[in-house]
Amino acid sequence: MADFVLPRNSKVKSGKVWPKPEDTSNTRTFKVYRWSPDENENPSIDTYTVDMNSCGPMVLDALIKIKNEIDPTLTFRRSCREGVCGSCAMNIDGCNTLACTSFNSEVKGDIKIYPLPHQEVVKDLVPDMTHFFAQYREVEPWLKADSQPPERERLQSIEDREKLDGLYECILCACCSTSCPSYWWNADRYLGPAVLLQAYRWLADSRDEATGDRLDKLEDPFRLYRCHTIMNCTKTCPKSLNPAKAIAEIKKMMLERQI
Amino acid sequence: MRTENRPLSPHLQIYRPQLTSVLSIMHRLTGIFLAVGTLVLVWWLFSIALGPQYYDDFNWFISSIVGRLLLFAWTFSFTFHLANGIRHMCWDAGWGLDLSKAYKTGWLTLIISIVLTLVIWIVGYSLIGGV
Repeated sequence: MADFVLPRNSKVKSGKVWPKPEDTSNTRTFKVYRWSPDENENPSIDTYTVDMNSCGPMVLDALIKIKNEIDPTLTFRRSCREGVCGSCAMNIDGCNTLACTSFNSEVKGDIKIYPLPHQEVVKDLVPDMTHFFAQYREVEPWLKADSQPPERERLQSIEDREKLDGLYECILCACCSTSCPSYWWNADRYLGPAVLLQAYRWLADSRDEATGDRLDKLEDPFRLYRCHTIMNCTKTCPKSLNPAKAIAEIKKMMLERQI
Repeated sequence: MRTENRPLSPHLQIYRPQLTSVLSIMHRLTGIFLAVGTLVLVWWLFSIALGPQYYDDFNWFISSIVGRLLLFAWTFSFTFHLANGIRHMCWDAGWGLDLSKAYKTGWLTLIISIVLTLVIWIVGYSLIGGV
């Protein structure tokens, strides 16, 4: 059942206001979600004021600057800093996106930063992704073929290869899944947009021979059909992919195989 | 490191409302409201079957300010649920799932349902000759 309010231990309190930098007026205020497993406290919002004269343009630049110069305990994931690894996915200004590809200048007013929504928090902006990746494993995201392998690789026509465009680019950052209200309320059984897009990536692959099995595993009131085409997923995807369309294609395949 | 009693990160509380999610929850709420409306519809049919006294009671309720406001809300719920339902059927057929199309059809759904509601009420009042 959907819990619309946060549990008692998750209610967010106001937190520490860190000192402002001196001798500059070019600053931005960052309000960042904090929670530490080492203290017996509720989560809180810390306020940092950053000197923008010596800060890079991206939200990730500001976070790194805060960690380097103001508060080394601030914890977040980051790696590639160019939108291909998906590590720095977080909720910035109310929408899920990658900190490394989001401009500070695109946010008006204070820049509010939270972890990906409706996830268990490991520390600060780091959510526990164990369940998400377990669900990814469940769709068996690899090529399955029983037919005799050819001498060299399994070939694919240019047209068939094009069917994977808009699917293979997914970096599994989980922005879409954690923007989906349906996934918030039913993540225990609903696979969510990211994993379903990945499932469709293999359904759409001309070389894969397990289409029937894959559809059998998805045909379930929760796993697939908790998608109600809300489309928050497509709206939020930092790679401009379309999970909602991929899910609709799976639903169409379900229908077509019954005819 | 402690792994039990981890907090749940905020969701509804912090996620920015946007056309995609707002129309979706409106579809559900208007659906629920219409289901309640069918009970009133049954009351109306019953009152007709039971005779003039019962019909007068129903008429008194539905023509009161509260009754009219409810009826107006039901009219909008009906037109919105109908228009957005057609939008959902297009999606189920695989059409209109691009973000730009979803936004265009979303605004269109809102405009159509508001205009239709007003048209129904203007025609209704003009048929009975004024408020």
